[in-house]
Amino acid sequence: MTEIDAPPSQSKRTPLHAEHVRLGARMVAFAGYEMPVQYAGGIIEEHLWTRAHAGLFDISHMGQAILRADDGKHDTAARALEALVPADIVGLAPGQQRYTQLLNASGGVIDDLMVTRPAEPGTDGTLRLVLNASRKDVDCAHIVSHLLPSVTLAPLTDAALLALQGPKAATVLSALWPGAANLAFMQAGQGTIAGSPCYVSRSGYTGEDGYEISVAAADITKVWQTLLDAPAVRPIGLGARDSLRLEAGLCLYGHELDETISPIEAGLAWSIQKRRRQSADFPGADRITRELNERPARLRVGILPAGKAPARDGTEVRATDGTPIGHITSGGYSPSLKRPVAIGFVHAAHAAPGSAVRLVVRGSELDAEIVRLPFVPHAYRR
Amino acid sequence: MLKFTEDHEWLKIDGDIATVGITAHAAKLLGDLVFVELPKVGAKLKKGAPSGVVESVKTASDVYAPLDGEVIEINQSAADDPAVVSADPTTAGWLYKLRLANAADAESLLDEAAYAKLTA
Repeated sequence: MTEIDAPPSQSKRTPLHAEHVRLGARMVAFAGYEMPVQYAGGIIEEHLWTRAHAGLFDISHMGQAILRADDGKHDTAARALEALVPADIVGLAPGQQRYTQLLNASGGVIDDLMVTRPAEPGTDGTLRLVLNASRKDVDCAHIVSHLLPSVTLAPLTDAALLALQGPKAATVLSALWPGAANLAFMQAGQGTIAGSPCYVSRSGYTGEDGYEISVAAADITKVWQTLLDAPAVRPIGLGARDSLRLEAGLCLYGHELDETISPIEAGLAWSIQKRRRQSADFPGADRITRELNERPARLRVGILPAGKAPARDGTEVRATDGTPIGHITSGGYSPSLKRPVAIGFVHAAHAAPGSAVRLVVRGSELDAEIVRLPFVPHAYRR
Repeated sequence: MLKFTEDHEWLKIDGDIATVGITAHAAKLLGDLVFVELPKVGAKLKKGAPSGVVESVKTASDVYAPLDGEVIEINQSAADDPAVVSADPTTAGWLYKLRLANAADAESLLDEAAYAKLTA
């Protein structure tokens, strides 16, 4: 036996650490934090609970920050961010959220992030950012180094973040804050849960309907407990968060995204709006424009192993004649489909759904098929 | 005679036959198992060589041969339903039986008290 996780050491803790321990979570080191990988029920039970009911995730390790234009104008903040990302930020309506990527000069992905234009009075000229835990320091340094003095970035170091995900999420949250029902997918607004001010977006990373809830660290335990009091809600660890993300076919930084991978290769062309494609004024625009027009040499695909053996991150993918054509970037077991599933990158010539491929697992070639993503349909409320 | 390895396998030794599985401690840390790969009957294993794989939702872990020997039987029900190993790793979830090349080698393995101390 190998690969039993070492206990975390010298890791940061989220404000909910004591709650996780009290609930019997198994804590592991993740992105510099001590995080719950699972609670007593285990990853499969937590995964299936989230797909059928509602799961509550502590994602306070993620980075939250506010980009603010001194002149209080959306256009100023939006243009500052547009210099770093390929999405249309100027065109964001108040209360709307967009998914985008910080790009390096060669069109590789520094991080993927959520950007929200708040609608509330007094928030003019601000954008809310949510960043990956493992990249938030890199991201903030990158953003700050590219800002004019008239725009500032302020990390929200005293804010926690929860995700409430699953088909019962809307019913549960609306009972506590009626405004939750009025948000459509990728909309956000200020709310109150258990007497605490929260900034809520209808979004998430499981493929389910649901919300992400930003709360002051001082109030998070009360909000967490109030949500857990709902019979439909159970706490869910990072293990199920990853298997839910994998089934939903969503990119994870460090796996499907890194500084060498472009958003087009990763299948994220949908996140680059028409205005930005036409202006082509973002980092790496030459490469990205070429890839949009001519199709990149490699593409992100779904891969369905034929047998029962999971194929993990790093597994070599071969054509049926044995030629190496790519590799798996995320692979594991799908609790919903009760079979192994994977995401990877392969040469474009082999990327068509239905293509037969081989996976090299422990020295043996296993049969697999290229399939469309996601593995489990998204259930967003648009 | 019950013996253990530092790699979290258990062996129940009866004469020169050892039944091998993963420990309850290992099963608890791994969580839900979703795939079990067993050696082939007749395979001649060297101590420390990979003899199978147990995979949880998150990770794959090798199972190492605890001693030299020949595989004489495998627990097909563990491969068919890995949840059996998660739920009952020390009885119904055994993995394979080994005819030991030299039964006396088992003396070099950990006894129950030593394994308990290792995992305390």
